[in-house]
Amino acid sequence: MGLEYVRITTGFEDYMPKDYVDLVKYGQFGKEYDIQELGTFKELVEEHPMCAGCFMAYFIRIFYASLPKPEDTIVIGTAGCARLQLSQAAVPFIYGNYGDTNAVASGLKRALEIRFPDKVKDVVVVAGDGGLMDIGFGMTMHSWFRREKFTTIMVDNEVYGNTGGQESGMSPKGVQLKMAPKGKKFDKINAVELAKAAGCVYVARIAPTNPKRLAKTIKRAILAARHFGPTFIHAYTSCNIEYSIPTDKVLEDARNREKKDFSFYEWMSDDVKAYFEEIESNKEGKEVKV
Amino acid sequence: MPEQKVVDPDYLLLEAPRERKFITGAQSMAEAVKRANVDMAIAYPITPQSEVMHLVGDLWAQGYLKDYYRAEEEYGAFSAIAGAARGGVRVFTATSGPGLLRGLEAIASWPGHRIPAVLGVLTRVVNAPLSIQPDNIEISYLLNCGAVVLHAENQQDVFDFTLAAFVIAEQVDVYVPVAVATEGFFVTHAKGYVNLTPEDMKLPPRNPYKAPVPPTDNEIPPARIQRDAPVQKSNFMSYLIHAVWQQEVWASTTRAMKYIYKYLGGPIEVINPDAEVFVVASGCAAAQAREAVRYSQMEGLNVGLVKVKAIRPFPEKEIREVLKNAKGIVIPEHNIVGWLAREVKAAIPNNDRVVGGPRVYGGMTLPTELIMDEIYKILGVKKDRKVLV
Repeated sequence: MGLEYVRITTGFEDYMPKDYVDLVKYGQFGKEYDIQELGTFKELVEEHPMCAGCFMAYFIRIFYASLPKPEDTIVIGTAGCARLQLSQAAVPFIYGNYGDTNAVASGLKRALEIRFPDKVKDVVVVAGDGGLMDIGFGMTMHSWFRREKFTTIMVDNEVYGNTGGQESGMSPKGVQLKMAPKGKKFDKINAVELAKAAGCVYVARIAPTNPKRLAKTIKRAILAARHFGPTFIHAYTSCNIEYSIPTDKVLEDARNREKKDFSFYEWMSDDVKAYFEEIESNKEGKEVKV
Repeated sequence: MPEQKVVDPDYLLLEAPRERKFITGAQSMAEAVKRANVDMAIAYPITPQSEVMHLVGDLWAQGYLKDYYRAEEEYGAFSAIAGAARGGVRVFTATSGPGLLRGLEAIASWPGHRIPAVLGVLTRVVNAPLSIQPDNIEISYLLNCGAVVLHAENQQDVFDFTLAAFVIAEQVDVYVPVAVATEGFFVTHAKGYVNLTPEDMKLPPRNPYKAPVPPTDNEIPPARIQRDAPVQKSNFMSYLIHAVWQQEVWASTTRAMKYIYKYLGGPIEVINPDAEVFVVASGCAAAQAREAVRYSQMEGLNVGLVKVKAIRPFPEKEIREVLKNAKGIVIPEHNIVGWLAREVKAAIPNNDRVVGGPRVYGGMTLPTELIMDEIYKILGVKKDRKVLV
């Protein structure tokens, strides 16, 4: 159905907001663009209230531009910076409560499978380090244990940014933050290894320095979740405010972290690997073709 | 499982033939779920609720439900219920005492999400100290969530209220969750006679498009209740948007009243409307109050009963009307705080007529004698009481 609900009712073309008309005419619905075409098509999210220089805002822009089937995607978020931008995209978005994303997504995905067993309906959680690894930890882990078929993307800014810069479980050891006035006492949680141990079929860690690789990773995570089971992306999306990164040094910072603890890492189960080999082998310029 | 045919809700609730069975309250709740065309149920263990969700799990295994799972804990269970309901299916879950409180943040957000879920509340002591015994203090926490709250006296009420709850919750002008509460053990684990509708009849399936807030299923333009930035900002528009949304939730709860009249015969049941003294009670306490009224009649005392079936919306008007000439009002409860007494006191004039008690808690039973003592005091009846030690 997807495209049907997006389509403008005949006769209303002249009266719909220009933004919406552009979205339908020149946007991503029913089409798949290469991320390198960014700037040549109408994007799903163009305005946001994020801070100047926010790397998470950039990540979310690439995320929406990479969706394999935006007209049949539902995004779920929770408290934090990400939801400020996620809620303004032209893709249905659900905000529940604190850290409940993976429980809401479990119920939603199962409901959609009951109602539309023969249709593709992608459910994607995009939430922060606090939401997924602190307050929502149990629900995150259990959705993976249960092999729920949706994608979880952790936009890790290593801090509670939206509440004013408190320590999170994903903050690096030693960093001085609010609620950690003497510095964080323990290591960053190893989310990638937890995801693997908990049963995710596709796991990636990425610093978004290379849009092409990032788009490919996001597409793979969503396609693998569609067919096989839970998938997880751990993305470094720095907070330039709380970590005092000058706006023009945000990309440089990401490249530095990439050389240290955020080197690109991708792991997938054998059947997922075989699936990608099959669908990506007959490529014609594009990295991922469905 | 027998082949079930879909019948009109009014027929099923009001006219369908009934068969008398001797079953527990937990069985009674599951029998209602069996006839409610529920798509999905999510369970998490807690005594004394567990029995209900075991039986609902069996219904799934037999094919009555399409999906069922044991969640990680109550917050996860109730959040997943919200997700499933937003996805357009009919959902059911149940809990008790500490479990209700653990999941309360999620439950309090259901009305705002316009989740027409049905929640079984099989009451139990709230810790500490640890106890699993019946005590309904948890209902007081549920009263300000924006949900419809029904309180069942016995196994028959559990069946009728639960089946009607699905119909009431999904009315377009209601569309908020309905909680059906009853006392753990006293009702859930005890048997009573229940007149059940035929096993081969069920409610029509949920139509998620017949709703004030459509489902998020990418089939129709979504309800973007969190879409617009103004709702999250600090300015007058944001306050106004949230204020209006809250007003609509509570107005929806109030609009459930006409369906409570239609399907449950009204929010209150009255015995002896011209009584001098009334016992006002809900849930299990109403059963003991009923006995006290019977004793009083045997003793020639003019005592009546007001059984409160709907706690939300609270039947203020109805209660004020019945109690307008009452000399005294006795409110027995299974909790220490006396939430029902507070509600009644807030609804009537001259509320010094209300005796807030007797109250039992921590799992105690409610002897009819305690209610009689309060009735005697109001009527100035002197009784000798032998105390056996």
